[in-house]
This record gives sequence, structure tokens and C-alpha cells, in this order.
Amino acid sequence: MLLLALDTATPAVTVALHDGRDVIASSSQVDARRHGELLLPAIDRVLAEAGLSLDAVTGVVAGIGPGPYTGLRVGLMTAETFGLALGVPVHGVCTLDGLAYAADLQDPFVVATDARRKEVYWARYADSRTRVTDPAVDRPADIAEQVAGLPAVGAGALLYPDAFPQAHEPEHVSAAALARLAAERLAAGEELPAPRPLYLRRPDAQVPKNYKVVTPK
Amino acid sequence: MTDSRDEPLVLGIETSCDETGVGIVRGTTLLADAVASSVDEHARFGGVVPEVASRAHLEAMVPTIDRALKEAGVSARDLDGIAVTAGPGLAGALLVGVSAAKAYAYALGKPLYGVNHLASHICVDQLEHGALPEPTMALLVSGGHSSLLLSTDITSDVRPMGATIDDAAGEAFDKIARVLNLGFPGGPVIDRYAREGDPDAIAFPRGLTGPRDPAYDFSFSGLKTAVARWIEAKRAAGEEVPVRDVAASFQEAVVDVLTRKAVRACKDEGVDHLMIGGGVAANSRLRALAQERCEAAGIRLRVPRPKLCTDNGAMVAALGAEMVARNRAASSWDLSADSSLPVTEPHVPGHQHDHDHVHEISKENLYS
Ligand SMILES: [Zn+2]
Repeated sequence: MLLLALDTATPAVTVALHDGRDVIASSSQVDARRHGELLLPAIDRVLAEAGLSLDAVTGVVAGIGPGPYTGLRVGLMTAETFGLALGVPVHGVCTLDGLAYAADLQDPFVVATDARRKEVYWARYADSRTRVTDPAVDRPADIAEQVAGLPAVGAGALLYPDAFPQAHEPEHVSAAALARLAAERLAAGEELPAPRPLYLRRPDAQVPKNYKVVTPK
Repeated sequence: MTDSRDEPLVLGIETSCDETGVGIVRGTTLLADAVASSVDEHARFGGVVPEVASRAHLEAMVPTIDRALKEAGVSARDLDGIAVTAGPGLAGALLVGVSAAKAYAYALGKPLYGVNHLASHICVDQLEHGALPEPTMALLVSGGHSSLLLSTDITSDVRPMGATIDDAAGEAFDKIARVLNLGFPGGPVIDRYAREGDPDAIAFPRGLTGPRDPAYDFSFSGLKTAVARWIEAKRAAGEEVPVRDVAASFQEAVVDVLTRKAVRACKDEGVDHLMIGGGVAANSRLRALAQERCEAAGIRLRVPRPKLCTDNGAMVAALGAEMVARNRAASSWDLSADSSLPVTEPHVPGHQHDHDHVHEISKENLYS
């Protein structure tokens, strides 16, 4: 078994290879604006480091967000196209779950990433493997009560200390954690979700107000 | 004649606006042209919404690649290269196509060619009328562009002669259709109404046609405003708006300027071929008037069938095949989507990104 894991839902462009026992190579670069340029060279580098070619990959794992859309789609489109070209399954993993797994905590906590526009993507966890709420997007002040008294990880928590006074590392998701989590779940016979993006927001779109628009038949 | 089997087999991916296009060509022969459009999702907004387009590209990409391969009856392993629109276009939308093309090329072990959307619009004519004459004058008109380009070699030399200084011609069609409550997109519906109207009924202005105006540039903003004001004045006076006459007179003003300037550029440059591409090339009056004026001037007009004029993957594959045939350098794996890729760069060869990318980030909120 060889899993290629990647995530582009946070400022990190992160790639890892997992051979069924553990991660054998990985790369993480933080550059929120260059996911498109950085991802494929990073995959190429990680494969070279492991002395393998993409043909050896038996499954692809992709972070499905939530995260800023433009970057998120780079990873998902790449993973899905690899699946098509190689004829291997592509599994989705919630990016927040990857961060939670890397946090390695046994008690309740919160994961929050930066959703921009003064909001965070977040979810609550009973422990590092168990998410107890659906991922959501909110203003930190609006959820302060729900997360009060809980430790928190992720850039979104570190960014808003008023709402998350107990915020700490890890800041961004790593594909190594994503790969380990996916490998663990697959080994346990769990079904992973399809690699579809968690947008959580509707697309911004202004309907022109001046004129009533009728779609031609 | 060379054996067509020797010609490059190339798959092209186009996502610069609202069409997810995947085309496959062998040299100048079209094998597949699969397109998934998100136009219906934009209709209620009256224009293309970038985020809606990007989401639709991600959904449609893999099924559209599959469909193109089936249509062409070829195996991905037999491809000689993967071409993709690197720009210009909507940044987020382009990035979906570029990501798919890179992953596909890398996984298949094929060279990647990031190509220019505008040069692709010109090159697509090879699939219809054979090798492009060199030089060729090209008039590209759509919702996104209105350009007059001169090319002596579509893989390396595309010169801008003129362009719109404000709105694209297609945008003017969309706006006037909206003012007339005819819906989006405006091109086909204006064309339809105009057929039953009088093009001389109302004398709408011809932008940038004065003696001191730039010879090959276009302007449609003034026309747009003039038509909207004329309609509003009618409505304010409680009179019925003669939709057919307005459509015909507006359309005539647009195609009159487009064809007049294109023919003039051909004459000035001594070019005896004119190609017209882009979505507005489907306009029946533009085709008719261009034919008439080209014949009178001794110019051969080449207009591909409407489906090849609108955005599609076949045009990208056509230019990619030409890149392979002429041994142009492939792109590197860090190829970026460039929303304002200059028309003078028909493709993006590896490690020669020497123009400024900062504008791309400042113009549009790329990662929101
Ligand atoms: Zn176009």
C-alpha cells in the first residue's frame, strides 16, 4: 500500500507518502498565495525522496477543507485527476480532522482555521480522533461561549486569542497527519468521504438590481 | 501528404470562464470537443460569477475528460501532450484547469503546455479550414475580449493591433439584452430579435471611428449607454420600446465598427486572410457583413463553426498540437494560472516567467 496525501485548505501546501506502516516522506511549505505553483513540484520532490514514482501510489488522500476555496480546489482537482489517470481511489478527509489528529489530545478541544473575513472554520472534538460537531464557519465572538474553557489548535484559534485564550500549535494541517489518520481509518475498514470540497459558504454573487432578468427559453 | 498518425495527439483543457472544455486533436484534425457549461447557473446574476464558475469547473472536469476520451476513441496513454489555458481569464477558474492539466500530464508522463487563450481562439480555425495562413489577421470578439491580432506564427508571434478600451463587444450584447429584459447571455437573443428589425431604424453611435481616433481600437461603452438611454427615454414617455428595431440597430452599430476596422487592418498590413473567433463570431449579422466587406476588399474570410468559436478545449488542444509540431518548449510543473497573460505570449515555456505577477493578486481577491 502506498498513500499519497495532500492538503491545500490552509496556507500550507503539504504532501506526504504513507506506505501502510508510517509516513516515508513529506513536505510542507507555507505560502497562502502559491498553492497552484507549489503543489506539483512538492509531490515530485516527495516521490523522489522516497525513490518512487507516482505509478506506485495505490490511493490518494486529499484534505477537503473547509478552507479558502481557490487554494482548496488546487489540491482536490489534483487528487481527483491523479485518481482518473492512475485508476486508484481518491479519499477525502476533513482538514480540521487532520489538524485534530496532529494535536494528539485525549480530552475535549477545538480546532479553528482562518476563514478570512474575520471568521474561522471550526469544529469541536472529544479527543484527537473524534469530532463531535459538523465543521462550521463563524465569527470568533459569536462562538466564544461554545468554545469557552477548551484548548484550541489551528491558525484560526491563534489569530483570535479573545475567543480562544488557550490556543496552541499545530498552526496548519500537515499531510503527514492526514495520511496517518486516513491509513488508520482505512485499516479499520472505515469508508472515507468522497473528495468533495466543504465550502460552507455560498458563492458571493451580486444580482444586478436595476433590471428584472428573465432567462430565455 | 504525411500520415495523420504521425501528427501530435493532444488533449486540451479550457477553464478561463464559464465553460469546462476538454478537446482532443490529432494535428489539425478534431477528434473530440466535450464542453460542460455553467451558463445556466450564471443566468440569474446577469453575468458570469467567478466563484460559481470555479465550483462548476471542479465538478465537471473529470467527467468531461472522460467524455472527450470516449468521443475521440483514444487512450490517454497514447497522448503526446496535455495543453491547458494558462491565461488570460478568471484567476480562480483558470487555476482549476491548470491544476487538472498538471496532474494529468504528470501522472501520464506527458509534456505539459500552458497556452494563451487568445492564441487558441485563432488556432482553432486549423481544425476547420486547415493550416493557418501566415500571416493571419484575427478579430476575436466575445463577452471577455474584443481584439484585433496579427499573427505570423501562432506558436511564437501574435501582435496586438487593437483592442477594446472599455467593454468587450459581448458584454455590450449582455447589457442591452438585460435592459430589454431578454435575459443572459445576450448575444443569441439579440441576434434573433434583430433579424426581424430594421438596422437603420435608430442611428446609434459608432465608437472610436473619428479621424483622430485610434485606427484599430474599439469602444462599446458609449454605445451601450446611448442605447440604454434611448430605451429609458421611450419608457419614460410611456411609449412601447420597439425591441426588434433596437436590437437590429444596436447590433448593426457593433458589427459595422468591428468589420470596418478589421478590414482596414488587413488592407494596411497587406494581409489577405481574416479569421473571426470568439462567441460573438456566432452572430449572423457579423458573419454576413464581414463576408460582404472581405469580398469587396479581396480578403479571404475564415470563420470556424459556432461551437469552435465559443470557449472550448479543442482550441487549446489545437494550439498545443502546434506547439508539439513546432518543437516549442514544454511548461514546467510550477506553471501558474495568469489572469492577465499578455497576448504576445502564445505559450508559457518552462522557467521563463519574467513578467509581473503582482497585478494578478491585486486585481482580484484570488484566495478568498
Ligand atoms: Zn474566449
